Amino acid sequence: MSLIDSISLPRRIRLPRADGLVQWIVPLAIIAIWQLACATGFVPTRVLPAPTDVALAGWKLLLSGELARNIWVSFWRASIGFLIGGSIGFAFGLANGLSQLSAKLTDTTLQMVRNVPHLALIPLVILWFGIDESAKLFLVALGVFFPIYLNTLHGIRTVDPQLIEMGRIYGMTDGELFRRVIFPGALPSIFVGIRFALGIMWLTLIVAETIAASSGLGYMAMQAREFMLIDVVVLSILIYALLGKLADSASRVLERLTLSWHPAFQKR
Amino acid sequence: MQTALRTSLPETELASRANFAPHARVVREERPAQTSGLPLSIRGLRKSFGDNEVLRGIDLHIPAGQFVAIVGKSGCGKSTLLRLIAGLDKIDAGSISFGDAAVKPEDIRVMFQEPRLLPWARVLSNVEVGLGRDRASKDAHARAEKALTEVGLADKRDQWPSVLSGGQKQRVALGRALVSRPRVLAFDEPLGALDALTRISMQRLLERVWRDQGFTAILVTHDVSEAVALADRVLVIDEGRIAHDVTVNAARPRERGSAELAGLEGSILSHLLSADDRT
Repeated sequence: MSLIDSISLPRRIRLPRADGLVQWIVPLAIIAIWQLACATGFVPTRVLPAPTDVALAGWKLLLSGELARNIWVSFWRASIGFLIGGSIGFAFGLANGLSQLSAKLTDTTLQMVRNVPHLALIPLVILWFGIDESAKLFLVALGVFFPIYLNTLHGIRTVDPQLIEMGRIYGMTDGELFRRVIFPGALPSIFVGIRFALGIMWLTLIVAETIAASSGLGYMAMQAREFMLIDVVVLSILIYALLGKLADSASRVLERLTLSWHPAFQKR
Repeated sequence: MQTALRTSLPETELASRANFAPHARVVREERPAQTSGLPLSIRGLRKSFGDNEVLRGIDLHIPAGQFVAIVGKSGCGKSTLLRLIAGLDKIDAGSISFGDAAVKPEDIRVMFQEPRLLPWARVLSNVEVGLGRDRASKDAHARAEKALTEVGLADKRDQWPSVLSGGQKQRVALGRALVSRPRVLAFDEPLGALDALTRISMQRLLERVWRDQGFTAILVTHDVSEAVALADRVLVIDEGRIAHDVTVNAARPRERGSAELAGLEGSILSHLLSADDRT
């Protein structure tokens, strides 16, 4: 008995608070090395400004209100585009996963469109929408659509048919079957789609804002390039990294909340 | 053939044993006094999948409350027969009827080899699924809890299925099948995936709930010793027909590995194997 106890006790020591900090060790170390390299003159500040300079530039932009405004504009574009493209992708994924007819009708077309890189449409989109908000929203929505569509479809198609048979035997109506069996079964796959989509969302937005915009983070970076403000350019890139991380964390929290039944998400 | 296999224990002797064995465990009657089970009549039942004729004319009557085991080689059609009884597949020809009573879907339940629990629902909600149309009723919770107590898992009500052992999952599945108080319960090798010890305790549990609730039980199994340990009657299916109909009269609770059951098991096995030699 004591043998078993002594084996199972120290199996895994977890300190939840430390756990949250561990992931930041590497980014902080990189910043420290970067600062050191700039301070010693190993990296000329014309090539890469020191983190302190970047922070200072950020502080100035924050005071002028420019930073907050541009972040807000980008964030708004990203989320609206994501919502539009994501819901259409989700709706098509559901329809094609649940109905053979719908899949036959639309899947081939969607697969063809999917193989066109959506950023290749930028010239066309500018001709259609100008450099208006709708151009950016359209591109983001289009980019987000496919990962969500494909993973929703995959999730629904791979729900255990034995569970569906069980649901039918126990007299579930179609609505109940969807709510209690098909949707929860497809959810892990849908989350994979969401996380892919979040990556594509930022990518699309950055490209679109750099090429054709009059506000937003990408625009801020391009403006800074014109005036050789390299610290602002680096600042925008760092903000993209942080926003990407934020979006990823948000989807992880959602995952934890909705997939707590899944062995992979259970606390040990 | 059938009479040769029948063990010679007249009903009167069973009754007298029960009366004059105060030292022993309580020996109950062979069948519950009043049964909630439905009788089952099958006439000329046929089923084929493509060119493969799986069932070639099954005629069978099962009295209400009987525990019937169906054994046979794999691919003999025993699972198909069970699926037809449970209404999971369409009948090609013939009929299956459950006495004169009007049958509701909740009256007939199936338990499979896999537990088929919803991984995203807690144990109690999984049992509630078994209530069918009564899921929304006010006493749904209470009924599910009662069924969970019956299978001995009341303390696991708020767990996710993924943390349960194989035997516990199967017990939840049994609770889900029992919660609507079915009158016919069909088992498709429910213990096939369990280890030997869990299997024996599950067999005891099955026997106990069958005695308590008095449903008609139909057990498909490839384990002949399980069949003779549990059933009143063992049907041997071969090439889509009932090849043998063996009555097991041994008193309950049955002693595992007793000479009586072992002899019966041996003769059923030899039937199965001789059928094998023929082909």
